[in-house]
Amino acid sequence: MRTIRSACCAAVMMLPLLATHALAEKVLRVAMTAGDVPLTTGQPSQGGEGLRFMGVTLYDGLVNWDLSSYEKAAVLKPGLAESWTVDEADKTLWTFKLRKGVKFHDGSEFTADAVVWNFEKLMRRDAPQFDQAQAIQGALYYGTIESWKKIDDYTVQIKTKKPDSVLPYNLANIYFSSPARWKELGGDWTKFASKPSGTGPWMLDILVPRERAELLKNPNYWDPKRIPKSDRLVLLPMPDANTRVAALLSGQIDWVEAPPPDAIPRLKAQGMQIVTNAYPHIWPYQVSFLDDSPFKDIRVRKAANLAIDREGMVKLLGGLATPAKGMVTKGHPWFGKPSFDLRYDPDAAKKLLAEAGYGPDKPVKVKVIISPSGSGQMQPLPMNEFVKENFRDVGIDMEFEVMDWEALRGRRRLGAWAPENKGMHGINNSWAFWDPDIGLIKTAASFWPVPTGFNWGKYNDPKADELATKAKTTFDPVEQNKVLAELHTYIVDQAMWIWMVHDLNPRALSPKVKGFVQAQSWVQDLTPVDIVE
Amino acid sequence: MPPVLFYLLRRVLYTLPIAVGVSMVCFALIHLAPGDPLSAVIPEGASQEVIAQLKASYGFDKPLPVQYLNWVWRALHGDFGLSIMTRRPVLSEVGPAVLNTLILAAAAVVLGFGLGILFGLIAGYWSGSWIDRAVTSLAVTGVSVPHYWLGMVLVVIFAVNLGMLPATGMGTKGSRTFALDWDSLRFLILPACAMSVIPAGIIARSVRGTVIEVLKQDFVQTLHAKGLGPARVFVHVAKNAAPTVLAIMGLQLAQLLGGSILVETVFSWPGTGFLLNNAIFQRDLPILQGTILVLSMFFVAINLVVDLAQSAFDPRIKRT
Repeated sequence: MRTIRSACCAAVMMLPLLATHALAEKVLRVAMTAGDVPLTTGQPSQGGEGLRFMGVTLYDGLVNWDLSSYEKAAVLKPGLAESWTVDEADKTLWTFKLRKGVKFHDGSEFTADAVVWNFEKLMRRDAPQFDQAQAIQGALYYGTIESWKKIDDYTVQIKTKKPDSVLPYNLANIYFSSPARWKELGGDWTKFASKPSGTGPWMLDILVPRERAELLKNPNYWDPKRIPKSDRLVLLPMPDANTRVAALLSGQIDWVEAPPPDAIPRLKAQGMQIVTNAYPHIWPYQVSFLDDSPFKDIRVRKAANLAIDREGMVKLLGGLATPAKGMVTKGHPWFGKPSFDLRYDPDAAKKLLAEAGYGPDKPVKVKVIISPSGSGQMQPLPMNEFVKENFRDVGIDMEFEVMDWEALRGRRRLGAWAPENKGMHGINNSWAFWDPDIGLIKTAASFWPVPTGFNWGKYNDPKADELATKAKTTFDPVEQNKVLAELHTYIVDQAMWIWMVHDLNPRALSPKVKGFVQAQSWVQDLTPVDIVE
Repeated sequence: MPPVLFYLLRRVLYTLPIAVGVSMVCFALIHLAPGDPLSAVIPEGASQEVIAQLKASYGFDKPLPVQYLNWVWRALHGDFGLSIMTRRPVLSEVGPAVLNTLILAAAAVVLGFGLGILFGLIAGYWSGSWIDRAVTSLAVTGVSVPHYWLGMVLVVIFAVNLGMLPATGMGTKGSRTFALDWDSLRFLILPACAMSVIPAGIIARSVRGTVIEVLKQDFVQTLHAKGLGPARVFVHVAKNAAPTVLAIMGLQLAQLLGGSILVETVFSWPGTGFLLNNAIFQRDLPILQGTILVLSMFFVAINLVVDLAQSAFDPRIKRT
């Protein structure tokens, strides 16, 4: 009896300690725009948001993004590979030297066998660990890889289908799941989703599909500088923008992705931090170069670009955008020195249209596909109405074909020449330029039409083709940036697309969130984020 | 066979063609919607071969009638397929969502039906008075107010400004730890209020109308003349008003069980409405089809229960 009483006393005395411990846990609660928790098995779903919250948190790539700078565009840095080289004689052969001493969350070691196993998981349909869900999510990044082999425990060789200098960018988005954990769970990816094991700075603790994921900090992370400052990261899917704002204002969460522009003044008034930064995003019209398209004429393309009051559009968006000067942001390593300035000059636009044979009696007639919403589409309806007014002022009569976001994406994948797109001269599909392929090479080269490339409008220009080929086969990153800058200069001077604004990627954070550096990237590093009560 | 059992059997059999019809309509509607069902998962830059392979792996390469028959056949065996986005079985997604919606619906039923009946009775008994006018105005407002808008207003007042109740979610740790304690129930209050307003308004109006009608009938005068007290008379009035009100309540109950895409999205309540909203945006056909079919069956089942309950309350409604 005495023992029981003593034990009870001890337990009661421990309670305040336990409570203190519980209070001391630093929890960062994030409201995502997605309607579901991204896939946790390795290759996350939910696009950029998935990479941001379930990719670089639980996992690492062979190559990682350096997300430490606010001022400079995010660049690549060694991740699970310490270094990589491309073979001088055969530019399709890459050798990756792996980092030693890296452990998965389950304690097993990351070696070349794990790399081979993970590539098979994505690309070898007959492998027992092949996972269709991850294969779909990763296809954009591994499409260039032909084969791979282990050289030794810490060296892997990758062969690409063609010489491809963009490979390291792609590898920054391919993540490595633990073979040991998968085997331990009986080779079941569904079970693995609830108990995943990667090498990243966070470890999954709780997963409730469609509701929440809770991640714990990995105190043994291989990069001591990136051991998370918060103890727990709670990720909550909250697709409704007003709900996210209300949850932040009521103190239920600490971090809101993409607050609506009209909520910003209220959030600021309540002491919330609004963080913004440029990132690889552009809101454009991708135009058709087919014979029936007025945009085939460079004078019309230039006039359209000069007709847009970008500063006015930024005001419309509550300052949460920046006027475009090209595909990439000014100051980006690929910007170059375009001579065609994307300024607001309606008179110059009218003059160009007159030269092209248009005038008040003969307006340019174009039809553009738009969507009422969608990832990265910002506020598409008022923005498109704004452009329509601008166009009307200079003599461009624009009609819209409005369709659902997914339907629009489908029409983009078909190309301007598809029967479904007959009579369409442009498509308002917001664009990312997070790697040279998506941003410049595969949008500008005539030999990369959709769906394997991103050239929707059949843009065909020998000089752009030449520069795209050169960029794809320039392996020195500094030199490659120079070629990409040349390519960008050229396509801006050719007014290849109509570029409007870059989104500023707004986030609202509670005053107690400290230490976040918003990188110029679609992914962000949550490890330096601290919660200071 | 007793007539009730025969009736029950017949009604259950009637549900079969309804189920087939519903499944065909929901299957067809989803395929008529713009956009490719796989567009959300086809990766950028995917070749035609990869797209064809994906279509084949989901069975979308087959003609629509074949796809429909395959789906129905599997559904009959309890297999609603896998979610396109998550590759999780549809049933494992729909099951918890239905449960969460049931919890919300139960709270909304208690609140909405309770208030609706109470207000309806008061307005009916004091018909023509200022109380009647006040209650009727309230009911009309309830029916007219968009519930998602009301949800947002409630959040702004009680969560953001007053900080009394949480703005979103289903418990501090989600639905897994939802329990009958204050910590969980406080998450239920605002969405249940938002959900209950329309049924409360509709039921109040129908109860009022029915009560007024019943009170005018001769048997009520007779009961009074025989010297029955108000409480006894009320029992008879309620019994006579019940079948009409039950029919309305049945429909409202089915509506509530169907979940509300808007309210559940506003409150991030992980029910069927939230699931459907997400599935619509992601073009997750198997989830859409599975959820709609399950919800349709709820409607059919509740209608059946209401029919049976009506005859139990009023034997004049014969079921043969």
